[in-house]
Order: sequence, then structure tokens, then C-alpha cells
Amino acid sequence: MRPDEPLIRFDWIARNLGEIGQRVGEHLVMTLVAVGIGFVISFALALAIRRWRSLAGPVLAVSGVLYTIPSLGLFALLIPITGLSIVSAEIALVSYTLLILVRNILAGLESVPAEVSEAAIGMGYTPWQRLWAIELPIAVPIIVAGVRIATVTTIGLVTVTSLIGQGGLGYFIVVVGIRQFFPTAIYVGAGLSIALALVADLALLALQAGLTPWARARGTAG
Amino acid sequence: MDFLGAGIAWLTDAAQWSGAEGIPNRIWEHVLISGIPLIAALLVAVPVGLYIGHTGRGALFAVSLGNIGRALPSLGILGIVLPLTLPLTAGTDIPLGLPPTLVALFALAIPPIVTNAYVGLREIDRDLVEAGRGMGMRESQLLTQVELPLALPVILAGVRTSAVQVVATATLGAVLGIGGLGRYILDGISQNDDGQLVGGALLVALLAIITELIFAGLQRASVSRGLQPQRRAFELAGQAPGPPA
Repeated sequence: MRPDEPLIRFDWIARNLGEIGQRVGEHLVMTLVAVGIGFVISFALALAIRRWRSLAGPVLAVSGVLYTIPSLGLFALLIPITGLSIVSAEIALVSYTLLILVRNILAGLESVPAEVSEAAIGMGYTPWQRLWAIELPIAVPIIVAGVRIATVTTIGLVTVTSLIGQGGLGYFIVVVGIRQFFPTAIYVGAGLSIALALVADLALLALQAGLTPWARARGTAG
Repeated sequence: MDFLGAGIAWLTDAAQWSGAEGIPNRIWEHVLISGIPLIAALLVAVPVGLYIGHTGRGALFAVSLGNIGRALPSLGILGIVLPLTLPLTAGTDIPLGLPPTLVALFALAIPPIVTNAYVGLREIDRDLVEAGRGMGMRESQLLTQVELPLALPVILAGVRTSAVQVVATATLGAVLGIGGLGRYILDGISQNDDGQLVGGALLVALLAIITELIFAGLQRASVSRGLQPQRRAFELAGQAPGPPA
């Protein structure tokens, strides 16, 4: 990097708006796919744990170990199997969502008062109806809290996938920025990644408010 | 499973176990690159967290610091700091990737420690603190003899989060060309060398897990003796883990 290279070249940003938009889109899609698949797997695991209690220890231990492995290490372990591909990136990203999502989905379902569940049973709800109509709505705040953490975390981790040829905004940070000593690209990539995390967090908060209208009603009445 | 064999063959090859690029030296580099910023962060974050927790001043700061810390991508921080420290290393022997890595790891390590020190002190039963005060303890005695011992497990949980995150993120220092275990992974990718790639990944994973276990042990051992029967309650109330890096 030349000493007189400015930290931000606005003309570069103006000239590359198209690619910046495309990378933001890629970043979002990678995040959505990872959190979406992670949620489905975690939901199934949480239900399985509720059915078979003894699964709790092993599931949480395995997802805890996965969570501890540094992302670059996990990508590296996947490269010999699935290559420098989007599949390697997504497998690693999904595995990082499991610990938080399983924990929060479980905690959310456990937060349903026993008398509420029993009242539903007394009213003749089948287990699936009870889950869908009674327990899930009550569990929404804790589940969404988990989804928020998983989403914000995943948005940060997507940048690391640039080291295995993927990366969304991480492409700007690593490939254009660090490897070619071009600060503008680093700041565009890192800044937009942080902005994306904040926007996603707020969007999920709004989603939670939309899913639990009664919480708001109680708030204004009380 | 060929690649696991290749990784293990690489790990058990005597050639990897000596010299500047050997495994012992890389592990040592990794521990130094992680340990120095972690200790520096402890020196700053513990007093700040204790002050906020003891006085209740700046509580919003302590909580939002934790949330912001989560949104900062570790790779992003490394990148953000790099252009700022380049003038420092220009014309010197210091590797240009070293200062940004140390600064980024220091910055990453602070939020969990501050937040947990604050939460640890706030969660203490106020009656205990007031009892101490009623017995004529000074503020400094309250802090060191009542609050600190009771809050220690929660504070150490924050240190554990930071330590694991720092060890994991130190791997990314290799992107800026410095040593540590991440070197093997990036070189393994660029040289298409599965043995080095997988061997390096196994070492990195192992170091992170060992760090986690060491700090989990410290945390468990730190529960005040008078509270030992409640140990399990402490563990079950475990904190949300920090973000992976």
C-alpha cells in the first residue's frame, strides 16, 4: 500500500456499486440458507430431545464442540470432502448455528407454563396441535432471541468463507482489500457486513413483534 | 477418509516437529499471539467491568458493548486495523500483520469480560453486600472480600469466552502473513496439500478445545467454597457463548 493511499476512495465505491450490491446479495443468501437449514435441523433436534431426554447431553456436547472449532479449521476439514465450494462454506456455517438454536428452541419450549400445556391437553389438543397453536407462540420471544444471535454471528462468519473462495462481502475484505493492499475495499466489506448484522437484528426484532401482537397489546394496556 | 490419514501422516512426520516452521514453534507463536492481547484485555476489561458492576454507573455501556462485540466480524476487525497500523511497521522489521492481529484480538477480548464482570457483580444477592456494609466493611473490602469471590465464576466465564474466541481468531492472523497455526491451513489450501491442511486444522481445533477445557476447569474451581453445593446451579445457568471466530 502506498503511504499516500487514502483510507477510502469514494470514486472506487461509485464505480463498483453494481458489484457491491451483488456481494451484499450473496452475503444475505449465504446467511439465510445457513440460518434456515440450521433452524430446521435444530428444531428437529430440540423436538427429539423433548421426546427422548437422554439425547440432550450428546446433542449439546457435539454442537458445543463444533461451535468451539475455529471457522478456518472447520472449513479446512471440509475442503478434502466438499472442496473449495459453497457446500463446504454452508456446512460449516450451519454447524455454527446449531448450539445456540437448539439451546434457545429448547429453552423457549420449556418456558411454557405446565398448567397451560395441561389445559390444552384437557381441551383435547393433539400433541402436534398443542405444539403449533399453544407452545410455539409462547416460545417465540426466546426462539427469536436465538435466531437473532445465530444470524448476527453467521453474517460475521460468512466473511471468513472468502478464504475458501466464497465469502460475500468477505471477498472485498480479503481478496481485494488485504491481498491487494486496498483499504477502501476492506472498509466497504467490513462496514457493510456490520451494517447488515445490525439491520438483520432489527428486522428479526420487528418480526418478533409481528409474531406476538398480544405482547404489544399488553404493553399498551398495562 | 483418505484426508484424515493424510493429516495424521503429516502430523506424525518427524520433519514437522522441528525448526521455525515446525509444529512446536507454530503452537508457541499461536499461544503468544493469543496470550498477549488476552492478558492486555484482562488488565483493561476487569477493572472497567468491576467498576461498572460495583457502582452501577455505565450499565448501559457494559450491556451494549457485549451486543456490539457480537456484531463485529473478527476478520473485519483485522482488516479494519491493518491500514491504520501500516505506518507503524513501515521500514521496521516488525511483520506488517502483527500489530493489526494483536490490536484486533485485544478488541475482541474486551466485550465478554466487561459484560460478564458487570453481570457477575449485579447478580449478587444485594443482602450479602448490605450485610458486609452493616458489618463496617469499606467499599474496597466489599469489592475484594464479598463481591469478587461471589462473582468470580461469572467473570471467569467471560474470560473463557474471550480466550476461546481469541485463540480461534488468531488463526486468521495467517491471512495477514504472520505465524501461528493458521499458516498451515492457508499454506495447505494454496499448495493443495491435504496433509498440511487437515493436520493444521486438527491442531487448531485441538488448541481451541484445550483452551475451552482449561478455562472451564478454572471457572469450576473458582466457585467459592461456601457455595460448593450450589455448583451445579451455576453451571446450569451457563452464559450464552460468545460468537465463534
